[in-house]
Amino acid sequence: MPDPVRGGDVTRIVRDIFRDESGRVVAHLVRRFGDISLAEEAVQDAFVKAAERWPVDGVPPNPGGWITTTARNRALDVVRRESTRTQRSVAAHHGTPDTTTMDDDLLDGGDAIADDRLRLIFTCCHPALAPEARVALTLRLLGGLHTAEIAKAFLVPEPTMAQRLVRAKKKIQAANIPYRVPDGAELPERLGGVLAVLYLVFNEGYLASSGDSLVRDDLCVEAIRLCRVLVALMPDEPEAVGLLALMLLTVSRRPTRVDEHGDLVLLADQDRTRWDRPLIDEGHELVRRCLRRNQPGPYQIQAAIAAVHADAPTAAATDWGQIVALYDQLLVVAPSPVVALNRAIAVGERDGCEAGLRELEAVDATSLDGYAPHHAARGELLTRARRTADAAAAFARAIELTDDGAVRRHLERRLDAVAR
Amino acid sequence: MTQYLLSVWHDADYTVDFSGDDMQRMVAQVGAFNAELEAAGAWVFGGGLEPATTATVVRPSGGDTTLTDGPYAEAKEVMGGFWVIDAADLDAALAWARKGSLACEGPVEVRPFQGE
Repeated sequence: MPDPVRGGDVTRIVRDIFRDESGRVVAHLVRRFGDISLAEEAVQDAFVKAAERWPVDGVPPNPGGWITTTARNRALDVVRRESTRTQRSVAAHHGTPDTTTMDDDLLDGGDAIADDRLRLIFTCCHPALAPEARVALTLRLLGGLHTAEIAKAFLVPEPTMAQRLVRAKKKIQAANIPYRVPDGAELPERLGGVLAVLYLVFNEGYLASSGDSLVRDDLCVEAIRLCRVLVALMPDEPEAVGLLALMLLTVSRRPTRVDEHGDLVLLADQDRTRWDRPLIDEGHELVRRCLRRNQPGPYQIQAAIAAVHADAPTAAATDWGQIVALYDQLLVVAPSPVVALNRAIAVGERDGCEAGLRELEAVDATSLDGYAPHHAARGELLTRARRTADAAAAFARAIELTDDGAVRRHLERRLDAVAR
Repeated sequence: MTQYLLSVWHDADYTVDFSGDDMQRMVAQVGAFNAELEAAGAWVFGGGLEPATTATVVRPSGGDTTLTDGPYAEAKEVMGGFWVIDAADLDAALAWARKGSLACEGPVEVRPFQGE
């Protein structure tokens, strides 16, 4: 007899399994059936079934396997029913579906499944799709995010996002966008698009613009996992290695990013002895490996900045001069107002708050007006410069622009401190 | 295998002068591209079009039809020619479109035909 599980627990288990498994199963079914919508619907149905059955039957010993088998059977049913109804081979519509026996799954090791996800990400990140659709599809199909969550991450209304996803999936099907890892000459160019998407997925996980959980572990883990597969596939591509290093060095600080109350802890206040040393060591090794190639790119430089932070035994010991120099390099290869903002913060640390504020004034403020970290950084520099009224106004604006609970509470404490 | 329409677009006021060096160069380039399509078995159909001002539109009207002179859409850009090709997938079609775009020295729109 399975252990009796209370309804609320099962709901949580189903939700967790969905996060962990849906991308894997969708990718698997897309390869088997060549139809994204069919794969998505079958996986959705399998989770609905799990939510009905597991509270009664108990959670199966291998929930991911249960979901895979249930979803695949569901997809097979749909394919068989359609081919009977139309008296026509489904292959004519959907390419050649692989409807062989269930047993061949025993041969599908982890590698085959990893390859499924890699193929799917190259499809989702295809340059014939609009850039915003690429990220949305990747989060939807590989990250298992709901349309509402993606809409929130992109700051667009949910119906807009739903329409964007539908249109992109329709284009993949109608235009026959291939489901494969591109080869040879095409690969480097296509990789750039994939890296951009992975970085956004990672940031969505790490910065968690939606909900109260400060770190969406699953998205970070997924981005890192997919990036590892990419690096294994293309060990000579320094930007892929750079992105992996950047993610590892960033995520190494995760244990200290929030305290036991779920509140945000700033980099300067984090307990550095609790940073994840193996991740830092791996990140350092990767940074060294890619910088040796002397083809610097935005991810490698950002990884190098993260490595400088990881090197400092205390916040006060941070080599801000080197960080400013790296931001100077970054502004050359990838100029943006956000990079200029981060450079201004680094200048503030190196040369004092007045210098930092001067740099900040020089940054294009209009493009950053809706960007909460800009106002938060101004608030910090103004606090140090003892311009409390201006600092309070800056923190108030940052709070207005922030949804995340932990970040909001942090900013509210900063506002209280200057307003007092 | 999917069929794709590769259409070539240019400004509506574009004029074709076959005696000019530019046009002679393009004709040679497009000829070579067509030969490559045929050799690869990708060619279905293709050709250049006379200017849009030579077009006539036929519309249904109460069981009968009416005629109007000129193109259907008054647009700044018009289709100047097209290919219909067979390609394994969009990547293969895009690879042909890149070559076609360079050959005719203009933008090429890639659009899939409806399946069965």
